[in-house]
Amino acid sequence: MTRKVLVLGEVRDGSLRNVSFEAIAAAKTTAEGGEVVGVLIGNSVNALSGELIQFGADRVVTIEDEKLKQYTPDGYSQAIMAVIDAEKPEGLIFGHTALGKDLAPKIAAKLDSGLISDVTALEVAGGNLVFTRPIYSGKAFEKKIVTDGLIFATIRPNNISPLEKDESRTGEVSSLSVDIKDLRTIIKEVVRKASEGVDLSEAKVIVAGGRGVKSEEGFTPLQELAKVLNGAVGASRGACDADYCDYSLQIGQTGKVVTPDLYIACGISGAIQHLAGMSNSKVIVAINKDPEANIFKVADYGIVGDLFEVVPILTEEFRKLLVNA
Amino acid sequence: MNIYVLMKRTFDTEEKITISGGQINEDGAEFIINPYDEYAIEEAIQVRDENGGEVVVISVGNEETEKQLRTALAMGADKAVLINTEDDLDYGDQFTTAKILSEYLKDKEADLIIAGNVAIDGGSGQVGPRVAELLNIPYVTTITKLDIAGSNVTVVRDVEGDSEVIETSLPLLVTAQQGLNEPRYPSLPGIMKAKKKPLDELELDDLDLDEDDVEAKTKTIEIYLPPKKEAGKVLEGELSDQVKELVNLLHNEAKVV
Repeated sequence: MTRKVLVLGEVRDGSLRNVSFEAIAAAKTTAEGGEVVGVLIGNSVNALSGELIQFGADRVVTIEDEKLKQYTPDGYSQAIMAVIDAEKPEGLIFGHTALGKDLAPKIAAKLDSGLISDVTALEVAGGNLVFTRPIYSGKAFEKKIVTDGLIFATIRPNNISPLEKDESRTGEVSSLSVDIKDLRTIIKEVVRKASEGVDLSEAKVIVAGGRGVKSEEGFTPLQELAKVLNGAVGASRGACDADYCDYSLQIGQTGKVVTPDLYIACGISGAIQHLAGMSNSKVIVAINKDPEANIFKVADYGIVGDLFEVVPILTEEFRKLLVNA
Repeated sequence: MNIYVLMKRTFDTEEKITISGGQINEDGAEFIINPYDEYAIEEAIQVRDENGGEVVVISVGNEETEKQLRTALAMGADKAVLINTEDDLDYGDQFTTAKILSEYLKDKEADLIIAGNVAIDGGSGQVGPRVAELLNIPYVTTITKLDIAGSNVTVVRDVEGDSEVIETSLPLLVTAQQGLNEPRYPSLPGIMKAKKKPLDELELDDLDLDEDDVEAKTKTIEIYLPPKKEAGKVLEGELSDQVKELVNLLHNEAKVV
């Protein structure tokens, strides 16, 4: 069954996020040969339409308004609902990002529809579209199908491969004008925290610290390693509870669940709650003084040693490697 | 102030997950208040203590959920409501839960509704925003700070590590992120008092709902465990050699750098 599927392209700091290209790939699977329509919402987003098409969207609808400069659930839902009214899609795919998590349930409630959140894989099997998603923070997985109405899913960053970019692809770009009004939440200020650069949920490489990091300053060598690898810094609950870092860095059953290509655990013992948040990473490296630490049970590679000795040498070796590459 | 908390009973985070008969095996498992909902309960108690009013904790669940509701009462909530769907529903999804909760809440004139931002079992994070939409009130998710002055509310929201300062007003629904507060443990007098606090039990009938009204829109067709990870290679030798070997393995064998 072919479907028309809308994909919300997500813009941050003027660029499309990777997860939007992954969402297009997911939408292609969902469409089963039908049309994939990219949707861009913001105050200045038209210029990004071409890139959505190059990554596989058939055409793009944009809604530009000064009131859409920042994400608010009211503003964005009015914009998206206008596109849904005009396009009457049978499928909707958003990224499972801060924005997608916040917005998708509101849209689903407006449409009286189901919503399958945090999807890591999808396939057509036995005449059904089957969505795979982690439950119990990755301790188990479930396969779900939609039994009634719209197919609506949010996809977890870093799990579904985007299609290859095709710069020769073209498609229609149209704009829709929507009267955005009655915003009930107003963003007064955005405070950018130390987590500069790469976001944890989208990072390909994560360098995480635990109690073994010992202090706030103890994160410095980890930050340097993350920088060389263009990765992000994360932490265990132990490190957050001890105030070595902000809770926003916490990875685990409470905190973020991450699936990077490379996870380097430094001074993390490996409590079950932490393992739930990271054990589905593609490659795990453990650096810990205690050879009996639980983290070695899930690590692909382990070094038994003091992270303050190991991490700086590791940073230096990667630096050499990447300069030569 | 009428304050409502949406609470879910979940597996203890310490529990290993096993599967029997295609379902998550609950035999002998410890259950707790979903950790994010604990922040919600704590915040509700603090808001009440500052502004007056009443905290009502609601849960959609089964008889067993009474235990977690009593814990919420022991922490300091005033009333608890269990919407017991055990006899009516075999399977519900987030559409189901949100619909039931909003039917209960629609005539309660709630000023503030607090939920956890996500439950650590299903992990969908949908119910809070869905309920707000069904009640036609604004919401802010993943909050780390809540200030109420009259009907004006200032909220700090965690957005992937950055913080947004948001102004809005009551009535409002917010979902709690870690860092919002430190949930208290129930005190012994609290536990004693909780035994006498009202815990109402309702079924779908009492909300004028029948099964069709709340029928799930999605269905789980399979549950499975991820492949067990084999313990890897612990490197040996001089530290600097180990590090060189590691870089080589990551670059040439695992090809992730």
